Amino acid sequence: MIVANRKPFEEIMDMLKPYAKILLLGCNECVTVCSAGGAKEVSVLASEIRLSRAKDGIPVEVKEHTLERQCDPEYATEAKPLVDECDAVLSMACGCGVQSVAEAYRSKYVIPAVNTTFMGSSEEQGVWKERCQGCGNCILDRTLGICPVSRCAKSIFNGPCGGSQGGMCEIDKELPCAWQLIVDRLKEMDMMEKYLEIQPVKDWSTSRDGGPRKRIREDLRI
Amino acid sequence: MKVPCTGRVDIILILKAIENGADGVYLVGCLEGDCHFLTGNLKARKRVEYAKQLLDESGIGGGRVEMYNLSAAEGQRFAEAAREMTEKIRALGPNPAKQQGPRGQGAKRTALEPSNP
Repeated sequence: MIVANRKPFEEIMDMLKPYAKILLLGCNECVTVCSAGGAKEVSVLASEIRLSRAKDGIPVEVKEHTLERQCDPEYATEAKPLVDECDAVLSMACGCGVQSVAEAYRSKYVIPAVNTTFMGSSEEQGVWKERCQGCGNCILDRTLGICPVSRCAKSIFNGPCGGSQGGMCEIDKELPCAWQLIVDRLKEMDMMEKYLEIQPVKDWSTSRDGGPRKRIREDLRI
Repeated sequence: MKVPCTGRVDIILILKAIENGADGVYLVGCLEGDCHFLTGNLKARKRVEYAKQLLDESGIGGGRVEMYNLSAAEGQRFAEAAREMTEKIRALGPNPAKQQGPRGQGAKRTALEPSNP
């Protein structure tokens, strides 16, 4: 899922300064699962905004709404009656959702309330960790389900590097070395021969280095 | 407001109470380690800490929210906690988010009712 973090309250209030009627728009997808921008977070932030404005004696009307999926124009356009009534939209979706809403309502100022952080999975209740960078060429079969692109600080393909100490990464003593994890797993599964295959230099053109990416499935197009 | 366990108290209930004009909110849960549902009171404490953080950043003041842990047999301690909290809130003054105006006219002082009594 896409993992996001709510922006500092001060930054949000600063962006909202000129506006009195705000539509606070959540998303029922990834940001709900990572507790950053679902219906619950919408109600909490709306309450905080109202309290802050009331304290300063500045009128505000905050409408709360959560879309099924903000990154889909079909859902984004559903909010039209609410968007029409507001001065600005404060979106709690990831960057994709914010852009879809901004695209759907071109005359409306759309403000992001979260910082989209990474693609990750939940390790335990309340803890999310980065697990994928969308490099466009998955090699998890060779590394037995541990991604060196996202989990190794250097994204190296023939590790570990000299900074791996006692199974931990040099950038953080609490961060396991991805290549140590890969080697441990290869040993566990008796597949160490895979470790001996030298990986060629990665072609990063499938990643962000090739510019914004696009996927088309012609059979699905209308 | 009665709830089956302080673990039921969602952060939004605390914020709504303040939004509706409460000068302070305190949660009274069972003693730590004595929760009938194992960890309800521990979860409530974490939410209170989070509510404090949110109220601090919105300028209302996190000191308006507290958590107390008592056993059902500690009536005296319950009264003490109520007095302690009342004094604390008096010292902090009225909720700054309360609408200005004569008492009872501007400020909404609605008590939160359980949605499914």
